[in-house]
Amino acid sequence: MYQYNHNDQILIEERVAQFRRQTEQFLNGEISEDGFRALRLRNGVYIQTHAPMLRVAIPYGLLNAKQLHTLAHIARTYDKNYCHVTTRQNVQYNWPKLEQIPDILAELAQVQMHAIQTSGNCMRNTTSDHLAGVCADEIEDPRPYCEIIRKWTTLHPEFDYLPRKFKIAVSGSTTDRAATQFHDIGLHLVKNDAGEIGFKVFVGGGLGRTPIIGQVIRPFLEKKHILSYLEAVLRIYNLLGRRDNKYKARIKILVKETGLEKFTQLVETEWALIRDNLEVSDDYFAAMKAHFTPFDYDKHAAQDVTFAAHTQENSAFATWVKYNTQAHKVDGYRIVFLSLKAPDSPPGDLTSEQLDAIADLSVKYSFGEIRSTHRQNFVFADVKQADLFALWQALAVQKLATPNIGMATDIICCPGLDFCSLANAGSIGITQDINNVLDNLDYLHDIGDVNINISGCMNGCAHQSVGHIGILGVDKKGVEWYQFTLGGSSSNEAAIGERLGPSIPKSDVAGAVETILNVYVQIRLEEESFLETVKRVGIDPFKEKVYASH
Amino acid sequence: MQVIKNKQLIDNHWTYVADDAPLASGNICVSLARWQNEKNQLIAHEGNLGVRIAPAEDVNQLVEDLPKLALIELAISDFADGRSFSQAYLLRHRHAYQGEIRAVGNYLADQAFYFSRVGVNAFESEHLAQTQNTLNDFTVFYQ
Repeated sequence: MYQYNHNDQILIEERVAQFRRQTEQFLNGEISEDGFRALRLRNGVYIQTHAPMLRVAIPYGLLNAKQLHTLAHIARTYDKNYCHVTTRQNVQYNWPKLEQIPDILAELAQVQMHAIQTSGNCMRNTTSDHLAGVCADEIEDPRPYCEIIRKWTTLHPEFDYLPRKFKIAVSGSTTDRAATQFHDIGLHLVKNDAGEIGFKVFVGGGLGRTPIIGQVIRPFLEKKHILSYLEAVLRIYNLLGRRDNKYKARIKILVKETGLEKFTQLVETEWALIRDNLEVSDDYFAAMKAHFTPFDYDKHAAQDVTFAAHTQENSAFATWVKYNTQAHKVDGYRIVFLSLKAPDSPPGDLTSEQLDAIADLSVKYSFGEIRSTHRQNFVFADVKQADLFALWQALAVQKLATPNIGMATDIICCPGLDFCSLANAGSIGITQDINNVLDNLDYLHDIGDVNINISGCMNGCAHQSVGHIGILGVDKKGVEWYQFTLGGSSSNEAAIGERLGPSIPKSDVAGAVETILNVYVQIRLEEESFLETVKRVGIDPFKEKVYASH
Repeated sequence: MQVIKNKQLIDNHWTYVADDAPLASGNICVSLARWQNEKNQLIAHEGNLGVRIAPAEDVNQLVEDLPKLALIELAISDFADGRSFSQAYLLRHRHAYQGEIRAVGNYLADQAFYFSRVGVNAFESEHLAQTQNTLNDFTVFYQ
């Protein structure tokens, strides 16, 4: 993975010093509340219901063991012994003290981590495919490009006070695992007819209150132009994006109100003026790629016979292998998902003990690297098949081996009313209720791939509008109700879920999920996934049953 | 009154003249509207000329006049409105404006470093010391 050079290190240390000064000035009354709000947000510090929240950047979801130990240490020393993994591959602490945040940042800086631009109306952490570099369907590894974009977006002097937040995601595979079409800019690595690598550029996608699928603004962008093209889009957005209404300030609204054709023309005109001055050189690409070369894989890994034997002898292990591991591009290795969705703990939360254990296991079994996914799980990308049984046992001890990756209990969930000052309704409690009704593993596996996303308010942090089943908390005169949508998807066939009907009281939510899944089981065709069934029959059969008793 | 110019504290030699006020003597700065309405009269003025630009105004309207102007003020009414950063970039880098670009109004001392990087070289502020301090916050950058 990428290792900081001297200047990278100086930059984050200078940012720590800057934030320390800003915090001290605020605490001494030398910076206004409003002014400090803008400054702290640009460094990931929110003021939440109970305490400040600090969001730490995990660039394109990639971590090493040392960094994970530091995250554990921070949770133990400055927080309540746990952290929360977000849908944008980052990590959040819910209970730090404001005056200690500069010290936390200093500890992060020692392991090449920071909280720069993890919130606020600026360019956010660039996200990517959690299977980058190890999946078979990859055109090219997106991570070197992500790192180039990470640097360019970091403390960009012109674009740090945008109309609204701005998110970039990069996918290097034919399967989009990074929800790129729901980002302000989505980049797909593609090959043109001449075999050259470039980007298909999507613009104006986004979730939140007004979910919109991104549109193609340029079918092929030569890779050397990546930064100048981003600059052109950002300049047009910075100058023309709406600033009169924060709900209409995202680039998706600018694209919609301007029209794609006119918007494209504005960007291309701007780009023509700058593209020759900001080319990325082949040397720079090569230098970045050198940070992401494949590991020294064991050539004899596939000769192991113990894996097959364990799979035959131990059905629980076999089940875990089936649901929580995937094929690796190298024979004899597998990609392992660590489920952060154990039935009895809040989705995406990890304790210090778990973080330390994961770090140690990654060193033992997966070259000391860990990835976070946008579905709030972790990945060990490079595990030898011979090690899977021992790893499974160790993960089970840490409650990280629930065989539910991609299943109905692998729920994406925001912190909700329990933690977040924006939320209208609880989300973690709903997750518990759903876990309780889906506690039969065989039933869960029979249902198969279902993404349930639960957000506690319209801001949609859990991306409910692209959940196969989306659940949105709404407040009705002080009572928590839940709005269902069906058929959303953040993958290649991007779709926004259709509203099922009137919202449902909290006590009926888990029952409604159960009803929806039962309808699916009854009407599905052979091998048909939940999403495919919804696409085929529409929402009516589900609606009929869910509202039958109301 | 003092201002920061090229990182140094200096005496201010400019007067901003409101649209309905008579022209002052010496170096004067006026709004873009007044500049466009009274250009001929202003060019005859003894003393240097400047134009103040609001975030919503298009700096491209000034391109042909840039050689006549010794100062362009970016008037910031809300520090969250980042259009001034792009305006500064366009003036300094696209149109190669050589005169003084000055940030005035309601911006944060902590934004001065970014402003300095997009071409702003002068700052009017109630927090001069704080502003001057932040200009050296970073010794490295990526862009």
